[in-house]
Amino acid sequence: MADLQVATRPAQDEDRSKANRSARTRERALQLSFLVPAVVYLIAFFGYPVVKNVVMGFQHYTTATFYTGKAPWVGLDNYAAVVGSAVFSKAVVNTVLFTAGSIAGQFAIGLGLAVFFRRKFPLSGVLRSLLLLPWLIPLIVSGTVWRWILDQDNGALNRFLGAVHIADRPGWLTSTALALIAVIIVNIWIGIPFNATILYGGLQDIPEELYEAAEMDGATGWRAFRHVTWPLLRPVVGVVLVLGVVYTIKVLDIILGLTGGGPANATQTIATQSYQLSFQQFDFGQGAALGNILIVISLVFAILYLRANRRAVDE
Amino acid sequence: MRVSRWAYTAIGILILAVLLFPLYWMLNVSLQPGGSAVDTSWLPLHPSFHGYSTALSQQGRNLVTSLVVALGSVVFSLLVATPAAYALAHFRVRGANVVLFGILISQMVPGIVVANALYSAYNDLGLLNSIPGLILADSTAGIPFAILIVRAFMANIPSSVVEAARVDGAGPVRAFRSIVLPMSRNALITAGLFTFLFTWGDFLFALTLTTTEDVRPVTLGLFQYIGAYVNDWSSVMATAVLASIPAVVLLLVAQKYVAAGTTGGAVK
Repeated sequence: MADLQVATRPAQDEDRSKANRSARTRERALQLSFLVPAVVYLIAFFGYPVVKNVVMGFQHYTTATFYTGKAPWVGLDNYAAVVGSAVFSKAVVNTVLFTAGSIAGQFAIGLGLAVFFRRKFPLSGVLRSLLLLPWLIPLIVSGTVWRWILDQDNGALNRFLGAVHIADRPGWLTSTALALIAVIIVNIWIGIPFNATILYGGLQDIPEELYEAAEMDGATGWRAFRHVTWPLLRPVVGVVLVLGVVYTIKVLDIILGLTGGGPANATQTIATQSYQLSFQQFDFGQGAALGNILIVISLVFAILYLRANRRAVDE
Repeated sequence: MRVSRWAYTAIGILILAVLLFPLYWMLNVSLQPGGSAVDTSWLPLHPSFHGYSTALSQQGRNLVTSLVVALGSVVFSLLVATPAAYALAHFRVRGANVVLFGILISQMVPGIVVANALYSAYNDLGLLNSIPGLILADSTAGIPFAILIVRAFMANIPSSVVEAARVDGAGPVRAFRSIVLPMSRNALITAGLFTFLFTWGDFLFALTLTTTEDVRPVTLGLFQYIGAYVNDWSSVMATAVLASIPAVVLLLVAQKYVAAGTTGGAVK
């Protein structure tokens, strides 16, 4: 290393400190260069899209823009059109129901499974890892499989329900009353492994002695859960719930794969509607406006997320 | 006592059987002869591979595209993320917190927003319908994840180890390459596996950033199968099974890395 030779060469103190300083500057620059590719990437693929969407939200941006290069400024017209459309309120309600329903189901079942697997029994490890499968396969595969299971005429579910005489072939994905429920059920199925795994990890961190102490005080079963498990699991619960909201609110694959937002917008959410505007109606300006609304909603949860995250790290 | 422990196993198997039924059904339908939709048998008593031969002939190219994009994304993501993870774990550089904050915020950016902006940018740059274009866009899932998970691992490498190498005359780059990277092998494998799965399963960017059949990942091929009227569900489900193979293989051969990744998802 040239720096070291400079530094060890017998020289006056002034020279040496100058050499040290330049060595330190070079070291600094080298250290920064480790970060540069990632920072450039994050700016190009997250920063730029967000800024570009904010700009596009104020423009009349359509396929014509790609040929003419012109995207006239339209002020708040896109937002007015998007919010004023009949689909908007439906999409907002659906987004809230889809997110809340998915999270509630995933969390409740995930927590139940996590508590169940806390006991050590033969094959528990194998079963726990098999449980991950629905989470690891591509979402569109899950959508495809469920689409066929929920098929009105030939689906496995209706054949089963018919065989036990519970219901007469409900149109899970074709009825406006049932489609959203069906989509939520499928999304719960997809989210169970994530919830179960993270909560299981949280349970593992609770010391066994606490349960022994609680047992001596007469707290077992449900009471042990309420007074020992739940309070200690709270930080992990916060992280799981907020992460769940942040990821669920932008779900697109599952809905497009199952219903495409239909029938009659019964499963249209803000995310799917934004996709439709941009990539089916080719009104990128309106799609961007709706996307921006989605970002703002996510940001509210981002703040919750960061706070929950900090709390989990602190404890 | 022993009996009751096996009772838990029985309950566990029952729960798993219910939860994994859709995957069984996928396999069952994929093996049905003739692809007939009506009254699919509950068991593949007369298994037929016609669904798979149709799937391979129609989707084989798309499977290769998915594989190339996924492998490309793994290489690209690790190249970008690993040095950054090291810098964030061990250097006291200014702005490190800003970068970490940016990564956390990036998780709130919906994919459709990224796709919306990338479509016009890719149109100008000629990256639509291209493998590099998909690799770059799909890495939006892998890079933040890889940075966080590798950083968490590297933070546990004692800085004295790195300093010892530095005293022996190794520069920061060599210390990173010959000391830190080999020690982080497990975290790199975990990050790589998950990046592969993220990209392999990508649907949104495949849907929005490709417009022709030239470059078509299998997720989009599957979606177009079900977009049209389906009369051959065996082939559709055979494609779904083929698209699920990476997840199953990873779960079987790399279980400990998968476990590390799922718990890493929480600190994410």
